[in-house]
Amino acid sequence: MADPVDLGLWAVPLAILGGAIRVSTPFLFVSLGECLTERSGRINLGLEGTLILGAVSGYAMSYHSGSALVGVLCAALVGGIFGMLHGWLCSFKGVNDIAIGISMMILGMGLAFYFGKAYIQPTAPRLPAIPFGGWSDIPQLRAALQVNVLFLLGGALAVFLAWMLKNTRVGLTIRVVGDSTDAARALAIRPNRVRLWATSAGGALAGIGGAYLSLYYPGSWNEGISSGQGLMAVALVIFARWNPINCFWAALLFGGAGALGPALQSVGITEGYYLFYAAPYVLTLGILIATSSTERAVTGAPGELSITK
Amino acid sequence: MSAPAPSLEAVGMTMRFGDFTALDNVSLSVPPGSFHALLGENGAGKSTLVKCIMGFYHATSGALLVDYREARIQDPRDAQALGLGMVYQHFTLVPSLSAAENLVISRGDTPALINWAAERARLEAFLAGMPFRVPLDRPVSSLAAGEKQKLEILKQLYLGSRFLILDEPTSVLTPDEADEVLGHVKALTVSGALSVLMISHKFREVRAFADDVTVLRRGALAGRGRVAELTNEDMAAMMMGKAQIGSAPPRTGTPGDAVLELRGARARDRSGFKEIGIEDLKVRAGEIVGVAGISGNGQVELMEVLTGQRRLLSGAMTVQGAPYAATRAQARRHRVRYLPEEPLHNACAPHMSVAENLALRDFDSGRNGTGGRIFLGRARMARRAEELIRSFDIRTRGPQAQIRDLSGGNVQRAALARELSGDVALLVVANPCFGLDFSAARAIRDRLMQARNDGVAVLLISEDLDEILELADRVLVMSDGHITHEARADQAKPAELGRYMAGHAA
Ligand SMILES: Nc1ncnc2c1ncn2[C@@H]1O[C@H](COP(=O)(O)OP(=O)(O)OP(=O)(O)O)[C@@H](O)[C@H]1O
Ligand SMILES: [Mg+2]
Repeated sequence: MADPVDLGLWAVPLAILGGAIRVSTPFLFVSLGECLTERSGRINLGLEGTLILGAVSGYAMSYHSGSALVGVLCAALVGGIFGMLHGWLCSFKGVNDIAIGISMMILGMGLAFYFGKAYIQPTAPRLPAIPFGGWSDIPQLRAALQVNVLFLLGGALAVFLAWMLKNTRVGLTIRVVGDSTDAARALAIRPNRVRLWATSAGGALAGIGGAYLSLYYPGSWNEGISSGQGLMAVALVIFARWNPINCFWAALLFGGAGALGPALQSVGITEGYYLFYAAPYVLTLGILIATSSTERAVTGAPGELSITK
Repeated sequence: MSAPAPSLEAVGMTMRFGDFTALDNVSLSVPPGSFHALLGENGAGKSTLVKCIMGFYHATSGALLVDYREARIQDPRDAQALGLGMVYQHFTLVPSLSAAENLVISRGDTPALINWAAERARLEAFLAGMPFRVPLDRPVSSLAAGEKQKLEILKQLYLGSRFLILDEPTSVLTPDEADEVLGHVKALTVSGALSVLMISHKFREVRAFADDVTVLRRGALAGRGRVAELTNEDMAAMMMGKAQIGSAPPRTGTPGDAVLELRGARARDRSGFKEIGIEDLKVRAGEIVGVAGISGNGQVELMEVLTGQRRLLSGAMTVQGAPYAATRAQARRHRVRYLPEEPLHNACAPHMSVAENLALRDFDSGRNGTGGRIFLGRARMARRAEELIRSFDIRTRGPQAQIRDLSGGNVQRAALARELSGDVALLVVANPCFGLDFSAARAIRDRLMQARNDGVAVLLISEDLDEILELADRVLVMSDGHITHEARADQAKPAELGRYMAGHAA
């Protein structure tokens, strides 16, 4: 590779752009999954656990099969099953989705750490990236424009979900169930069944997000790999007003915030840069405060959601 | 709607909730193409009966015949397949979906991929043949109550229901709207395209539109007959048994000093884009001031300003001369009480018991004998709840029942019992008789008049103009967020007020 060109301070926005694209992908998948689940009127806090479980199962399968694609599919499958478990437990009377979510999160992390011990050392085949920066001579730009297939897939998925919620029977059914259980029952839709599938699909997406973590960036399996991204996705969905397209932009924003610390470090700022590692968390808090109001209900919130009811 | 209207017969329907019998061996018969009214006091079991018919509840025992054939109805979809459609007492439209989306998803055979252009064309064609229409693209949550009700009925007709069950369809409509909507429904029955079973509290409507009537009292059949052969007194006697309604208390005493004053008050409305503005509003002790207006003209926001839920952008609110921000301490000091509309959601904790809800005002005050500073006085709370249940005639399984299991009218009575007990200086009420049967409405109106005579300042915000003209000393008309007209109630002319309410009076 060519030597880095000295870009001065331009290196920071460039590093943030590249970082945003790299870091945002898991946010994107988890938030799309959470968005889908929440649109059906359930909240799944277990997605943090699903993310980690997806990371370890994706890594393990990629290692054993020699194919990263098999890893991703396996992570989606595991996530879907895990989501289905959440949906099934919540369908019992008097069970609270938030409490179940927290236990699922802990269970998922426990399982992942248990099975993951054996995979900390070996290296598994990683996901390929598409070099969009080939036209440029600047190596930093080329590095920033190494875009992973999953990022593109996530973007397409966001558009697809937005379209689906408006233009398909499945989409409308999910929105009905999410907005009013009574209305759904009057239409003879079975809310629990719809939520089961929505939670399961959401879990599958989160599983894919996990596979991205271990198979592309950071690109190896370790126990601290998700650093709360599954939980931040919940805030991200609120910020995105339950709109998949907004989820895409919000994920980029969170990804950019996550890339701030490394970007500053890369231009040689040695002091205080670690404060910027906290940027995504601060952003989460700031957004939640800024978008709340005592006089307006959160616009766009599904009516059956237990946190906004 | 070419198929003829079906007949419906319910035989020996019984419904128990736990050990409580909400419906006891009730039978009902609606011949094809007839308009049948179902009457009964609040909590008589009317909604329960029709929900059993629709498969929303599963009756403990009893049978249903549709077109003289036994029908097994497990859930509303079975009912829909038989051509039965229901407009529930509480709206069942999906609030965040548009009218068009609500209509399309309500159809059993919504295609997996929705071609909106084609669906729009079909909807327009359907609406063209309907007597009334609604905006299709706005989210239902932004529609006015009357529009929602029209949409509920349109939805049933769109689904091809040939037997329509209406649970208090007109309680959210103005009399003119009600006549219009029911007139169209009636025309459909006369042409034989539709049979109707309508729950109502309004004799006027029953008389104007229904052919036959069935009356329930406390879960049991109390009488039936042809409307033409019954007088209002006959029907009232069936509904209430021997109980008699006393005459209204007279208006006595003259107004005293101003208790509530709003000056130059401006606040944002719900949408956040417009403002409401009250230049000058005074309510004096011993006076009822009525605020008339069609729903959605700023009454909700006014109520929220008065209860401190909506910030004033400018202007001042005072109670008994002191600045007032509706904190719990201030409300207690100035003895201000509220009865907001939809009390189950706005004035009660639905999952708590009747007794606890009745104690919400003073469980922490150490006064009035229901609460202490640290521990709750459970026994005293229960004793007082029993007193209030008796004196306000709240029909409940007991003080420990969850308040959300009470029928609509009884929730209303419970909230009013709490707000009117003790020493009150200012009472703000919104639509207090919404959905109440006439004896319950009478009882609540009498309580309000009594409170006025006792020197309470009463602000009555109501969509029911007759109620305002009966109770108020002064009438204000609210239109588009502002008070546009003021008159003394004994000199006000309903037609003129109606013009101001509609917003086109000069
Ligand atoms: N799900 C339920 N669980 C327990 N009790 C119930 C339930 N639904 C209704 N009830 C009770 O059954 C009785 C009849 O209620 P219902 O709603 O049928 O009355 P209604 O005649 O429709 O009254 P209203 O005119 O106030 O609407 C009431 O006493 C109510 O408390
Ligand atoms: Mg009812």
